[in-house]
Amino acid sequence: MSALLIKNGRVLDPASGIDRIGDVLVVDGVIAEGGAPADARVFDASGAIVAPGFIDMHVHLREPGIEHAETIETGGKAAAAGGFTTICCMPNTIPVNDSDTVTSYIVQRARQVSPVNVFPIGAITRGSKGEELSAIESMRDAGIVAISDDGRPVMNSRVMRRAMELAAALDLPVIDHCEDLNLSAGGDMHEGAQSVRLGLGGIPSASEDVMVARDLLLAELTGARFHVAHLSTSRAVAMVAFAKSKGLRVSAEVTPHHFALTDAELSGYDSNFKMKPPLRCREDVEAALVGIVDGTIDAIATDHAPHAGSEKMQEFERCPFGITGLETALGLALSELVHPGRIGLARMVEMFTSGPARILSLDRGTLKPGAPGDVTVFDLDSEWTFDAQQSSSKSRNSPFHGRRFRGGPVATVVGGEIVWTRA
Amino acid sequence: MPTVSIKPAGLLDIESLDRAEIESILERARFFQPRPDENYRRLDALRGKTIVNLFFEASTRTRVSFEIAAKRLGADTLSIAAQGSSVSKGESLVDTLNTLVAMRPNAIVMRHAASGAPQFLARHLKIPIVNAGDGTHEHPTQALLDARTILDHRPSLTGLRVAIIGDIAHSRVARSNVHLLSKFGASVVLCGPASLLPRDLVGLAPGVSLAHRMEDALRDADVIMMLRVQLERQNEAPMAAGEYFRYYGLRLEHLKSARPDAIVMHPGPINRGRELSSEVADSQRSVILNQVENGVAVRMAVLERILG
Repeated sequence: MSALLIKNGRVLDPASGIDRIGDVLVVDGVIAEGGAPADARVFDASGAIVAPGFIDMHVHLREPGIEHAETIETGGKAAAAGGFTTICCMPNTIPVNDSDTVTSYIVQRARQVSPVNVFPIGAITRGSKGEELSAIESMRDAGIVAISDDGRPVMNSRVMRRAMELAAALDLPVIDHCEDLNLSAGGDMHEGAQSVRLGLGGIPSASEDVMVARDLLLAELTGARFHVAHLSTSRAVAMVAFAKSKGLRVSAEVTPHHFALTDAELSGYDSNFKMKPPLRCREDVEAALVGIVDGTIDAIATDHAPHAGSEKMQEFERCPFGITGLETALGLALSELVHPGRIGLARMVEMFTSGPARILSLDRGTLKPGAPGDVTVFDLDSEWTFDAQQSSSKSRNSPFHGRRFRGGPVATVVGGEIVWTRA
Repeated sequence: MPTVSIKPAGLLDIESLDRAEIESILERARFFQPRPDENYRRLDALRGKTIVNLFFEASTRTRVSFEIAAKRLGADTLSIAAQGSSVSKGESLVDTLNTLVAMRPNAIVMRHAASGAPQFLARHLKIPIVNAGDGTHEHPTQALLDARTILDHRPSLTGLRVAIIGDIAHSRVARSNVHLLSKFGASVVLCGPASLLPRDLVGLAPGVSLAHRMEDALRDADVIMMLRVQLERQNEAPMAAGEYFRYYGLRLEHLKSARPDAIVMHPGPINRGRELSSEVADSQRSVILNQVENGVAVRMAVLERILG
């Protein structure tokens, strides 16, 4: 028997309505009740928050196939350093995760090398080409928790309908990166005054909005559980709120960079501000903040997208889309949401824990007895600076390099094992 | 060891220049203009300096103009066209520039098809960079020579009405001119087919308005700037073939609605029968060759300011 006692922290578990000073006990990898065994290891969490393990439902681990940018091991380590105990990896690897073979590889590899739990997300279509459905049921049996053609969205609405019908029957959520590729073609940043000024191709908000609208209609038609990935526009927030009010099984996530930054950051042509969807304008950020406050948005997810340095050290229009995010997510949520008083701490924890757990039907995201022993310990006041060069990720493409934060991860516990502590 | 802490200033864009700085460049350029009966002056201001002209995009007039300007100031120049360089062997832009910088030139004049390429390089290199046109962003020396040309025909830019007509969306010339003219209180009407005239252009600078009909743009104009149709940058045709010249090509009859002493400008190269008729190009109103002439004088002033 192995036991870990996390003592004297502020135990905050929104799923069970707990917010009190106390201890959390993990025995044999599971949250336990009662007195700690005499030989339990003790972690002193005085002055810190003890929360259910954080879940990032949108991560790119680049393995198999693009290991020079990230691996399941390095991505897992970066997750642990960011306070995440569970991550879900998108299928746009080489090969694409469109079969139980690739799914099983990721699951096995993660067990061997990742300090945190890894749940794969399977491709909707073979090779994410948008044409024929992938081996969705086999992948489900091999361990996927959702399907998505993230980054290469299904443009054919008929194919998307069939995918949603199948997913509804299997009770798997469908996650869409909502982007009309015809409207966004040639675009490198949000279309607006700033793209016109910089002479960069624009990605109009409408390219996201028309696909959110299409998918919501298809979700209604098929009864599927539908989740909007990295929502970034004010219209998308409004449409998700409307769909929820109509009782559709719809959810949405927002990334920290989409609630923390606007397209004003692009003025220096720094490719660390280039991602999809692009940083939008102030009005969109305000809408996302409202959606976070009123519950339209269910989860914070990073869309951690590592790219090798050489790929980002090019002319802006040649650089790939995407930034890393695992190690800065909590700091940004605290500095942009909690410290300014937009939301309470419990709401923030909910968006990192029970929110994503509910979307993906994971038996996690709570400290209830019997739940997996995943715990995130963090504080509110430590001053620290993010140094991308010291990142656990293989890649350095973060717009938050050098940013000062107040509050961040203290310790990460996965299945009762301390996998990371702040130095 | 002496440490260099001051970031060497090049010329990346018009937007970040202030009015006084622009005025002083334009004033100095006037000094460099040849008198009617003489040739350009030859000076020694940049003797011993080496300037590399690095053109990643085809250009004849801008490259030659920079080269002549540098030589007139006594500098050594070297022009590189990307086609013949290591770029075609897969070398990255930063590596290409680092290699050149290791040979210690004093400045790099660069044209590149990607917007922001000089800004990107300026962050990573400690050498003055003169932007000779970046993608669809800016072409600062073009706006300076255009302003010099207008001032050769008008006492001031303030209060002028300038119509810029054509493919505004893809035009770095239009953006640099808008920034410059706006700083001096001119009003600028941008005109072109809807797909080449993003509505957000109105917010580019104070005093900008949009028009879709040439008649509206030209009314009472002091200056008419025609732009080249940049087919190489357009992913899709802005309008049916043959309609462009009909609706956005400048012909003599259009000049009636402009002011009687209005001047016609074009950054070149001109396509007769596409953006403007031959009659307009060769008319007394056209100052297109004055622009070319002023290009050398303005670039002398810029290079002297950066390296002198």
